Amino acid sequence: MPELGCKYLIVGNSGAGIGAVEGIRRVDKTGKILMVSDEPYHTYSRPLISYLLWGKTDESRMLYRKPDFYEKLAVEFLPGTKIVSVHPEKKEAMTEDGRKITFEKALLGTGSVPFVPPMQGLEKVKEKFSFMTLDQAKALDSRLAKDKKILIVGAGLIGLKCAEGILERVGQVTVVDLAPTILSSILDPEGAAIIQNRLEQKGISFRLSQSVAAFTAETATLQSGEKISFDLLVLAVGVRPQTGLAKEAGLTVERGIVINETMQTSHPDIYAAGDCTQSLDVSSGQPKIMALLPNAYMQGECAGVNMAGGADEFTNAIPLNAIGFFGLHVATAGTYAGEVYYAREDQTYKKLFYADNALKGFILIGDVAKAGIYTQLIREQTPLDTLDFGLICEKPCLMAFSRRERARQLGGA
Amino acid sequence: MNEDWCLGCHLCEYYCAFAATGEKDMARALKDVAISPRINIEEKGGVCFAVSCRHCAEPLCVKGCITGAFSVQNGVIQIDKNRCIGCYTCIVSCPYGAVTPSDNGVVQKCELCVKTKEGTPRCVAGCPNAAIVFEERGEE
Repeated sequence: MPELGCKYLIVGNSGAGIGAVEGIRRVDKTGKILMVSDEPYHTYSRPLISYLLWGKTDESRMLYRKPDFYEKLAVEFLPGTKIVSVHPEKKEAMTEDGRKITFEKALLGTGSVPFVPPMQGLEKVKEKFSFMTLDQAKALDSRLAKDKKILIVGAGLIGLKCAEGILERVGQVTVVDLAPTILSSILDPEGAAIIQNRLEQKGISFRLSQSVAAFTAETATLQSGEKISFDLLVLAVGVRPQTGLAKEAGLTVERGIVINETMQTSHPDIYAAGDCTQSLDVSSGQPKIMALLPNAYMQGECAGVNMAGGADEFTNAIPLNAIGFFGLHVATAGTYAGEVYYAREDQTYKKLFYADNALKGFILIGDVAKAGIYTQLIREQTPLDTLDFGLICEKPCLMAFSRRERARQLGGA
Repeated sequence: MNEDWCLGCHLCEYYCAFAATGEKDMARALKDVAISPRINIEEKGGVCFAVSCRHCAEPLCVKGCITGAFSVQNGVIQIDKNRCIGCYTCIVSCPYGAVTPSDNGVVQKCELCVKTKEGTPRCVAGCPNAAIVFEERGEE
């Protein structure tokens, strides 16, 4: 097998990897970039797989970058190739098919993998699916039919987007979750109830505070004793950072790969970005896994700039979600701690969380207009006493800022 | 945008909506139409000013877009409506509130009229008091 040499090795072809390529090319227009993906596809947007099943997009429109991306940015792309080891000291990596890759700097953008807890009898279920990748979506797609009953284990973002995407194409969708409320990672109970209500109106049924005690090939017996029969099982309990390569390379890994504000790992030539990492959440001051596409891109881009010899820091990462269910929009950000501003009307729900003279987090349902103004207050930890606090609580607007700050924002003389 | 000169007349909003129609006659194009402009006036008490996309050098909407529908072309941040899925990540990312939902499920924002017939910002040309100007600036 011939040896492959490059200046920059990028492992992974999603948000973090693409961000890294674009970051590198801001600084170094020609240094050889080799990008390796274990998937056989051009870069595509993972969150769109539910829209694909729903028929709201197609494979060509799912591309995260234009078809000529690799060519235009002079990237040598190896799809369908798995990296099995990385040696930081030797600056070498090995592929599954035995090729040696030499590099100067490497980025690990290995993402996350579904976490499936042990469940009794799970091995008896023939038709079971995860819902993270295009291949998994296609596998599920090929089995959907109007007369089928679907059981989804997990009422988080992945499970519920899957439920939304397949609902019109199947006979019945039931979602089971151990938590008492849905979307428990991003919503408080009151907000969760609003979304649950919407999903139930559309025909999705829930079994909450429940887990599956045992599976047979086509039934699940819940802790309550209830038996649910199904044709297809979707496992969406959660995800875990994919950190195997980093661990074996001797890099510091806690829950995710540990990176600093330049996205460097514990080895100076190896960077990491995206779902596989843990980094500081400025809204809570705690290290967190923020497995979100915008975050992955920005981390990747920062890593790329630094790998190419530039100087960049990404210091204001926060959890940030924009998601919709059947047209009902939800936006959440930051940490839900501190004092609360609360407003609820018929179709809208709003909670702002603030402490220490700064906005810490928000939950918005129904009306998410201009929510980025709130997001920026969290990212920057803008002192709230420099704003018209009453006005900014009522609605996100630039009017709440000082005239001087607004002149800066809007380029006024 | 210089708020000292803004009259709060909302003409920029009408010129913006008009530019998007591609029509020749503004009155005919917008009569009885609820406009959905890409530039919006904020006003309160005696203060008013227009907000539209700043075409940031480090654009959070572009970096955050989960579909790749946002891109920067010759300094202008543009949206490929065909690829936008309407998730609103951009709306939750823009520090100025300058990306808004549109009437057809995808998002919209100022694209400096590059896709319109005139090719130059209609709101600037139409502002009666020169409060809105179009000029290149570095990031502060």
